[in-house]
Amino acid sequence: MAGTVVPQPMSYLALSGSLGCGFREDSLDRALARDLAFIACDSGSTDGGPYYLGSGAWIWADSAYERDLRLGLAASSQAGVPLIVGSCGGGGGDAAVRGYLEMVDRIAREQGRAVRVACVLTEPDRDVLVGKLRSGDLLPLTGAPRIDEQTLRADGHIVAMAGAEQVQWALDTGADVVLLGRVADAALYAAVPLAAGHDPALVWNAAKIMECGAAAAENRSGQDCLLCTIEADGFVLEAPDPALRCTPASVATHTLYEVADPFRLVMPSGVLDTREARYEALDDRRVRVSGGRWDPSDRYTVKLEGSAPVGHASSFWGSIADPLLLRQLPRWTEAVEARLQERLGEVATGAFEVSIRTYGADGTTGRARPVVPYEAVLVVDVVGETQEEASAMARAAYHVALHWPIEGWSGGSVTAFAHPYSAPVVDRGPVHRFTLNHAAVLDDDERLGLFRLEVHEVGAR
Amino acid sequence: MIPRDAAAADAWEQAVRRAPNLVRHLRLVRSKDAGPFVLTVDLFAHDAEGLARLRDAGVLVPGLWAELYAVEVDDVEVHVVESVYAVKVSFPRPVASGDLHDRDITGGQQYASVVEALARSPLGDR
Repeated sequence: MAGTVVPQPMSYLALSGSLGCGFREDSLDRALARDLAFIACDSGSTDGGPYYLGSGAWIWADSAYERDLRLGLAASSQAGVPLIVGSCGGGGGDAAVRGYLEMVDRIAREQGRAVRVACVLTEPDRDVLVGKLRSGDLLPLTGAPRIDEQTLRADGHIVAMAGAEQVQWALDTGADVVLLGRVADAALYAAVPLAAGHDPALVWNAAKIMECGAAAAENRSGQDCLLCTIEADGFVLEAPDPALRCTPASVATHTLYEVADPFRLVMPSGVLDTREARYEALDDRRVRVSGGRWDPSDRYTVKLEGSAPVGHASSFWGSIADPLLLRQLPRWTEAVEARLQERLGEVATGAFEVSIRTYGADGTTGRARPVVPYEAVLVVDVVGETQEEASAMARAAYHVALHWPIEGWSGGSVTAFAHPYSAPVVDRGPVHRFTLNHAAVLDDDERLGLFRLEVHEVGAR
Repeated sequence: MIPRDAAAADAWEQAVRRAPNLVRHLRLVRSKDAGPFVLTVDLFAHDAEGLARLRDAGVLVPGLWAELYAVEVDDVEVHVVESVYAVKVSFPRPVASGDLHDRDITGGQQYASVVEALARSPLGDR
């Protein structure tokens, strides 16, 4: 690990900001002209909500992941360096890691290669988590929901976010490919440079920027590759596509994206502080970054994410244009909802929840505007214990809402909204809820013990 | 019954008319989830003068955000990123991303409320 000798400069490649979202093949070809130490790509996101982690479904199509993985594998083979992929499937559940392993096997057979794959599974033993809760070793992070033992026993999935240590653990097996469940995006890019003895402040700052691929370039259109070279006292960012420019402003701007605090990156083993980082242009498309500080933590913590099923949903939408109804919309939806609370129990026996939003009025922000909208779209969701119940209730709700009285009109039944589809009610399947935003404090022997490592020899024999 | 108040309606219309003037001072206003439980809003000025005008408009004051986004003042975190003339403001989401009553799973349109407020400020002057 860290030695007294200044390590040699090291270059590495981010395929894309998100595996499955693509990158340009010629960008990858150009990058392969460099002497690379490894290639990595993050595959995770919570952008789409709790469904993916909770259900285990993958965000993008198998074919989209496979295209990126095929090119990444060929490139890693050509360069003779490992390919590191994290947060498989989007949520990072164990099943997605196994799914990616199957993809790697299939592609490796096509490419006529034997491949050693190290998999890091990141769904912890629930008993261990309950023990952590009891001993006060689950710390709530900002906005964390209240939890109890039931939360930790619930169906769905809980993942622990791995750090650089678990990536190194997998690489130490001599793996050609490392597939991880949930892992901090930056850890994918930090493991190798840290092991080579590079300055942790530089390593983590570089990794934090690299994990989004070419998003740090000022003129990117779509996802693409990004190259990083770590030197003794700084690192250089450069897009392989000669048309893409990284500038001090574009890189610094990118450091704000999707993070609560632009200057702090919390990792299991410490905190990166980038307030003193400096960004300078090497030329019109390369940026050199230096400075920053790494503060090791006195205890090792991993973030937990959880998503649990809450039932099945059925929904319908309706567009409203009647000026009278638009003027009374909040009151009208309240009355409809009150009626639904009575009516839905008549067609289903289980517990249910209803949500009515009016996009076009206050739906997007929840703040009423002091004006009458031109149109508004009613969005009604009913969650029941089973799909059959949700569907039965949503169909009943549709009829209630469609003909609910509009104040001012009298003497005949009204139809309160337009809808474009037949059938109007859509069964949306299982729905989930994020249940955890906590940090688990780990003992030394748990750094690896909470995670599971598997080594598989796949591909051509 | 809406509109409740003709003056408020005029103020809204005025804010919508003034909003395009913001781009003279601001290059980008955006919002996004920072994980499922936190919303973060970024305001980027073109230059130091724009950043100064943003400060004058009160965006560093947590109370503004608490009111606009119905969150506790003490939960509002404000960061100034001088190098790119930016202000970042983060606070817990009132509803977690993707919960039944959530309106905006990525948080991507939640910047609208602060744009409206800024359009009413001197930054929205022609």
